[in-house]
This record gives sequence, C-alpha cells and structure tokens, in this order.
Amino acid sequence: MGTRFGDRIIKLLSLLFASIIILLIAGIIYELISGSARSLSTFGWRFLVTSTWDPVSKVFGALPFIFGTVVSSFIALCIALPLSMGIAIFLSELAPKKVRVYVSLMIEMLAAVPSIIYGLWGLFVMTPFLQVHVEPFLGRYLGFIPLFQGPPVGVGMLAGGLILSIMIIPTIASITRDIFNTIPTLSKEAGYAIGMTRWEVIAKVVFPQARSGMVGAIMLGFGRALGETMAITMVIGNAPAISASLFSPAYTLSSVIANEFTEATSKIYISSLIELALLLFIISMIFNAIAKLLIRKGRFSA
Amino acid sequence: MNSMSYLKRRIVNRTMLLLSYGSAVLGVAVLFLILSYIVVKGMSSINLDFFIKLPKPTGETGGGIANAIVGSFIVVGIASVIAIPVGVMSGIYLSEFGKNRFASLVRYFADVMNGIPSIVTGIVAYVFVVVPMHRFSALAGGIALSIMMIPIITRTSEELIRMVPDTIREAGLALGIPQWKVIMFVVLRTASTGIVTGIMLAVARVGGETAPLLFTAFNNSFMSLRLDQPISTMTVLIYNYASSPYPDWNTIAWGTAFLLIVIVLIVNIVSKVFTNTKYSL
Repeated sequence: MGTRFGDRIIKLLSLLFASIIILLIAGIIYELISGSARSLSTFGWRFLVTSTWDPVSKVFGALPFIFGTVVSSFIALCIALPLSMGIAIFLSELAPKKVRVYVSLMIEMLAAVPSIIYGLWGLFVMTPFLQVHVEPFLGRYLGFIPLFQGPPVGVGMLAGGLILSIMIIPTIASITRDIFNTIPTLSKEAGYAIGMTRWEVIAKVVFPQARSGMVGAIMLGFGRALGETMAITMVIGNAPAISASLFSPAYTLSSVIANEFTEATSKIYISSLIELALLLFIISMIFNAIAKLLIRKGRFSA
Repeated sequence: MNSMSYLKRRIVNRTMLLLSYGSAVLGVAVLFLILSYIVVKGMSSINLDFFIKLPKPTGETGGGIANAIVGSFIVVGIASVIAIPVGVMSGIYLSEFGKNRFASLVRYFADVMNGIPSIVTGIVAYVFVVVPMHRFSALAGGIALSIMMIPIITRTSEELIRMVPDTIREAGLALGIPQWKVIMFVVLRTASTGIVTGIMLAVARVGGETAPLLFTAFNNSFMSLRLDQPISTMTVLIYNYASSPYPDWNTIAWGTAFLLIVIVLIVNIVSKVFTNTKYSL
C-alpha cells in the first residue's frame, strides 16, 4: 500500500506543478485584458488606426507603433532571410564536419548575446557608422527613391531593422539547418545521380521538401523580431512618426512600453500601454503558433 | 534544365555556393565584431574597485557596480528558486505521465509562454506583484524572470528525461522499487547532468534580460539586499548608463557589458561542451 501511495503522490505533485503553467497563461491573458479594459472601452477599434499619442489630452492611438514594429521587423526579415538560408545551407550541405561544429557554435553564441548588448553596440558603434558612412552614401546614389531620402541621423528605422536582423539570423538559420538535416540523403543522391549540380540539388530537392519548415522558421524569426525590446529601443530613435524614409526615426510597440510605462500617470495612459502589450502578445502568439505547426509538419513529412 | 547550358549551370552553382560561404563568414564576422568592441571598450574599466565599490556620481572617477552585480544574482536567484521546481516537476509530468490531452495542452501552453515577448512579461509581473505591493521590488523582478524561465526548463527537462531509456525504468521496477523511487532516484539521476545544463542555459538566458526588469526590479543606486525593495541589476544599469549623456557613465556601461557577456558566453560554451560529450545532442 505504501508504495502505491508514493506513486500517487508524485503523479499528483507533478500534475500540480504542470497545472501552474496553464494557470499562469490564463492569469497573464486575464490580466492583460482587464488591464487594458479602460482603453479598450474608451477607444475601441480606433485605437488601432489613429496616430495621435498624447498623454496630456489623454488621446491614445497605436498606429505609429504598429507601423514601426511591423516595418522594422520586415526590414530585419529581408536582411536576415537570405543570410540565414546561406548559413543553413553552409552548415548542412557544404561545411566539413570540423568547420561545421565551430561555425554552429558561433551562430548559437550570436543567439546567446543578450539583447541589451546588441543595443549598446548598436547605439555606440553601428548608428554612428550608418550616419557617417552608409546613409549619406545611400542618399547620394539612391536618393531618388523615397526610402533613402531625408537627413542621415543614424538612429532610425534602418538601424532598427539591421540590429533586429542580426538577432534573428541565428533563430532562422539553426532551425532551417535542423530541417535540412532531416532531408533523407537518398533523395539528394538521386539528384546527384541524374547529374544535378550541388546548387540544383539544394534548390530542387532540398528546398521543396523543407518548404513548410522553412516558412515556419521564418515566421518564428519574424515573431522574435516583433517582440524584441531593448536593442531596438536603443537604436530606432523613439519618435512616433510614420515616414516612408528608412532614415527617419520610428517607434515600436515594445519601445513605447519600455520608455513610458514607469512615467505613465493617468489610469487611461497605463491602460493604453497595457493594451499595447496585449496587442504585442496577440501578434507574437499568432506568429508563434503558426510557426510551431509548420515546423512540426516540416519535420514529420521528412 | 535542358535550356540551360552546362557552363551556365556551373556558374549558377558556383555563385550560389559562394554566397552561402559568404553568409557563414559574415555571420561569424558579426559575432567577432561585436565581441571585439565589447572587449576593447569594456575591459579597461574592469579592476578590483569595479566589483566591490558602488557607483559614483558622474564627474568623479572610480567607483564600481557592486550593487548591480549583487542585485543581478539576487533577482536571478529568486527566479531560479521559483522556476526550477516548477519546470523540473512539470518536465517529469510531461515525460512520465504525459500521454494524455491535458499534457499536450501543458506542452502547448509552455510553448506559448516561451514566445511571450519579454517586455510583456514585465507588464504581467508589474500587474501581479508591483501593483499589490505598491512598490518596485527585487521579488517582482525575480517573478518576471521566472515566467520566462519556467517554459524553458519544462521543455528541456521533459526532453532529457524522455531520453532516459525505458530499459532503465524497467530494470528498477523489476527489482520491485516503487515507481516514485524509480523516477526520483533512477530516472532523474540519469538525466541530471542534462537537466543541470538546461537550467544553466536558462539562467544565462534570463540573466541577460533587461526588459522584464525595467518596471519590476527597477533600479537602485545603493547596495540593497532586501527582496521587497527596488534593486539594481547589471542589465538595467547598462541601459541607464548607455542612454545617459555622460561619457564616464557610458564607459561603465561598456565595462558592465563586458562582464555580462563573459558570464553568458562561458555558461553557454561550458554547457555546450558538456552536452556534446555526455549526450551528443
């Protein structure tokens, strides 16, 4: 009897701890919704489409922040995507085993560097470089495109996108590499046997089989970029502007929370900031959920 | 494919493979670029005072970040005390009793939790802890970090406990040992190296977090050991000092960043080496 009792205890105990996870999520969702109730009822859907953010007259709209978050993450994706694919191909198909181990380790270290350190480096090293060298150059030769117009100030959308891209490369690259590694050697050898080049095998044998997993990895990276806070807060310039130029400062959902939450005085101000957090939570949940599904599917089909 | 000549195919092949090599080189170069800046700009401020003195007002030379180092350890310690039991026990549940729908729900929710942006975690801890306590506190910071740690530890523990072969469990049960003893003393012990490594990685990960601490642990220019008071941490200190207009504070930010990155990278490398030799993960 005694042994049965012990068995039941450990099952119950571990079940109890596991339930904490579900309770926590329920609590988080409840708190985010109830915390933003005031803002939700005052502004309704207008919150998402107005661009006034005025704590003094207590009018709040999230549009510039949604714009900043989505655009900076999109820029990050445009830069990170080809590079991550290149790294994943290198690690799974090209590198000799010894090189692979070390390069893998270094890419993983890139993921381990804390976000505040990217921010520090971005603020003191990257943005001055952009301001002095990159942005004037782009402005001079590509200035006819609205993307590259305006004064070069360093901090801004371009800097934000760049720093985010460095941060999501390891995520996308390592998941994609794992998926490439699950592609059976047999199907690759079949490609070589009919005289395909290495690149043709990658493009016509590996890619099609890994497609859903690759899309999943990309979405996961995008989700990470959306929720990133410190690094982007330090380099994006923190001005709620909607501008076509990549040089102009912008503001993201996460940055405005980081900068203003401790200074928020009125209840509606706090509530609006919590609604921004709710928004961020929902957006990243959606991306994460779809990404997880695609990655799992990508692994199963392989 | 027939439309393309052999030469053209070879050129395409070469170009694409070169681009792939190039991106790997670029990725590694970026890592070294960032690390070398941190080392060059940060190392000069590291001396004994840096570890044992309190920050000085701007303009005065010397001083250190003792309060932030202690604070970081306290906050991460609180987070570990909460997250390790919850994570490991949940991991045991998922791997040993986890063949039901409730377990897949827990698994899914742990993944959801893992994807919560860190700044949102800060807001949640603010509402849970700071509002009822009416002040910022080390405890609130620890709870914020524990929310990030729980899902990481849960999923790694589950995975590692699952890797323990069933034959070991069966051997224990065949000797007449009750299941709970098999789990606690045989399975858990077999998986322990891996679990400890997983925990170390989780600690390193949340130890570098800033966003959840901004409005929970907040900040404190003095040495504080009290859990119900605001406390200084290395990451928040980097943020505040980096954004300040004073060059001497910026220098301290670089020094702190150097210390932080050394700790984080050492933990990461050590645990990678550990897992590679032990389990060849």
